[in-house]
Amino acid sequence: MAFRAAVITFPGSNCDRDMAVALEKVSGSAALRVWHGDSDLPSGLDFIAVPGGFSYGDYLRCGAIASRSPIMRAVVAAANRGVPVLGVCNGFQVLTEAGLLPGALMRNAQLTFTCRAAPLRVETSQSLFTAGYEAGQTISLPVAHHDGNYFADAETLARLEGEGRVAFRYLDACNGSQHDIAGILNDSGTVLGMMPHPERAIEPELGGTDGRALFESAVNALVAA
Amino acid sequence: MKVRVHVSLKPGVLDPQGRAVHHALEGLGFAGIEDVRIGREIDLEVADETTDAALDEMCRKLLANMVIENYRIEKLEAA
Repeated sequence: MAFRAAVITFPGSNCDRDMAVALEKVSGSAALRVWHGDSDLPSGLDFIAVPGGFSYGDYLRCGAIASRSPIMRAVVAAANRGVPVLGVCNGFQVLTEAGLLPGALMRNAQLTFTCRAAPLRVETSQSLFTAGYEAGQTISLPVAHHDGNYFADAETLARLEGEGRVAFRYLDACNGSQHDIAGILNDSGTVLGMMPHPERAIEPELGGTDGRALFESAVNALVAA
Repeated sequence: MKVRVHVSLKPGVLDPQGRAVHHALEGLGFAGIEDVRIGREIDLEVADETTDAALDEMCRKLLANMVIENYRIEKLEAA
């Protein structure tokens, strides 16, 4: 069965092609490309990816304007119906601004743009995105961001931790994030937001393959379903 | 009507930019600075009949991120 994934492109997205390539390499099906100004998503989607970049030039706040774009109303509606949504980097910022994930991404504590491989601990294998990893496993994924400093209030952090919704954690305190959080899940485990880039780590030629299991997990979970 | 919206980080939310500016001011020799917080001002020119409720909604829906920011609306004198 074909894997029907959509990748959203905003003005300023720059990881949309990498995301589409990763999805196609792993699933064997070409990803559908969707423009921010569209108000409807293609029908029968298995998966939606909100890619990295600098949507709308990061004006106002990172991800803020993109999160209010016409297509995001359809993405929020699809997510609320249970369609899996992955947001990476700027996509993570968009998903928090859209209210699909709690908290906010602030300027990195050290104030510099951080671009390097980041060691991460996979905190849970109990999600359709992380089933292909072992909980506690150390992996390495590239990070490239200026605003990846995850903030949420104490109550939200306690809930995320208590419900096993922290998906990935930095091992090297990369940007000042509360609890070193690199990626979180929504309460049903169908929405994942993360600052590191799994789509940039799917082939040895890219410097690593640790991101591949994320896409394989999703494809296996959704095609088998 | 001219309206100015002041957006600021909530108390307790770390402001890395404010901290960097704080260090820079101290580096210039200014003493006794307790804290520096950086906010944002957004000036709007809106129809006179725009309601306070509509202005509030603009702030809550887009201009401020209510997770980390507070906002204050100031109506400016007509020029």
